Amino acid sequence: MEEKVKDIDTDEQQEYIINIGPQHPSTHGVMRLVVSLKGETVKNVEPHLGYIHRGIEKMCESLTYQQIIHLTDRMDYLAAHMNNEVVCLAVEKALEIEIPDRVKVIRTLMSELTRIQSHELFWASYGMDLGGQTCYFYGLRDREMVLDIFEETTGGRMIVSYNCPGGVMYDLHPNFQKRVKEFLKHFRKVLPEYDDILTNNVIFHERTVGIGPLSLNEAISYGITGPSGRASGFSCDVRKHEPYSAYDRVKFNEVLYAEGDAFHRYLARVEEMRESMNIIDQLIDNIPEGPYAVKMKPVIRLPEGEYYQRVETPRGELGVFIISDGNKTPYRVHFRTPNFANLSVLNHLVKGFKIADLISIFGSLDFVIPDIDR
Amino acid sequence: MRSIINYLKDIFLGVRSLLKGMKVTSRYFWSPRSIVTEKYPENRKTLVMLERSKGEVIMPHNDKNEHHCTGCGICQINCPNGSIEVISKIIDTEDGKKKKIIDKHIYKLGQCTFCGLCVKTCPSNALAFSTKFEHAVFNKALLIKVLNKPGSQLMKGVEQ
Repeated sequence: MEEKVKDIDTDEQQEYIINIGPQHPSTHGVMRLVVSLKGETVKNVEPHLGYIHRGIEKMCESLTYQQIIHLTDRMDYLAAHMNNEVVCLAVEKALEIEIPDRVKVIRTLMSELTRIQSHELFWASYGMDLGGQTCYFYGLRDREMVLDIFEETTGGRMIVSYNCPGGVMYDLHPNFQKRVKEFLKHFRKVLPEYDDILTNNVIFHERTVGIGPLSLNEAISYGITGPSGRASGFSCDVRKHEPYSAYDRVKFNEVLYAEGDAFHRYLARVEEMRESMNIIDQLIDNIPEGPYAVKMKPVIRLPEGEYYQRVETPRGELGVFIISDGNKTPYRVHFRTPNFANLSVLNHLVKGFKIADLISIFGSLDFVIPDIDR
Repeated sequence: MRSIINYLKDIFLGVRSLLKGMKVTSRYFWSPRSIVTEKYPENRKTLVMLERSKGEVIMPHNDKNEHHCTGCGICQINCPNGSIEVISKIIDTEDGKKKKIIDKHIYKLGQCTFCGLCVKTCPSNALAFSTKFEHAVFNKALLIKVLNKPGSQLMKGVEQ
């Protein structure tokens, strides 16, 4: 009697499924990627979220508007200042209060310093992901100078909690201008070294050029914002299109590329550091005098209604949606975080590339995992 | 022929880009002035923290063991996660009136998120941040601190 030999050559049975994460150094946090492989080629990537979900949106519903600020620090900890700012701007918009010029300039300066330190960490960790250990040390060395500036003025290094509705918590430290100028002088000197080490490196080129290309239409339909979107030519800079704080009085270029591969996503971030330095240059010498905060009532009650405000973080567009029912706590708070939207494109980008390119593509999108889970 | 030339050119340019990067690293390797590493546990005695760093919340006392805290409880209301508990008691003053004073100002360092709201909102500036940052202890109970020192009093002139 002859048995029928089972056909095992179907595609499905040849797929090999491995987990990357939740504790994998290249995921920069607790993120689990379930990768289906055929040989070395990636067939499908399924991100599993929620390992550090803390329910920040729900917690916000039981806190007053001043208390929400410190929670938003913990979403995207590399852009803590922008996360604070977006809630403050939304509250100020709802209450229709005019904030002093000094506050606007301070917020802009702090935002741009935050952007530089975030992109520095991206540069450092992306280099390390692709096998350049030295990048990590050089990136962190220069980032430390920015963190010192933050610590001197705000008291915190990463988790600054510097904004409050109506202004900022404390005035700038007297050393602030001096330190920022020192940092800019140092950073202008070392940025060409960054190019020598990583940007022009031949191994880095081999690993990134042409890897994970994203077209303009795809970037728009997936909602990819920030440098990742701008590398595909998607003009999505909130600072340009809907200026908040002091962005309407500074001149800067929106870094746009057409290629949209991993290398250009990287390049967009390095160029943005240069643009950020230009913005700081324009503002640092003319910080207006005046109060650093508007006197607010101890209990803030927003008028009944819905409010939306968006800002540009180093990773893309961050929006906050507040529904108020007139109480001292919000009825509902929702954050439109850039990382969550950017993650949606991962499967599309990685399909068909090798598993080593997965690390390259994942790194080039610059994820901060707590911002995805929040 | 052309492909061979391109191949050799790629090798040459590749090696050059590697050497360029190596030049930067070797320059830092041989220049001791560029060392930025702080030898932390060894330099504890000379380590100066920046004045505004948020180490922990303290209640400054003067030489006479007096503080500014009136026990109003605004810090407790403003704390987002209940790290502060103000326990007050009522005493009889010399002129026969009843007065509310602070008994214990309990601060749970273990759950503090250093948002700075208590220090900022205190109406009588009774709280401040110290720059002490070495908080590691073996017993969790040591992280629950009583900020007012035993036997301390409200400073005269601070409005109730």
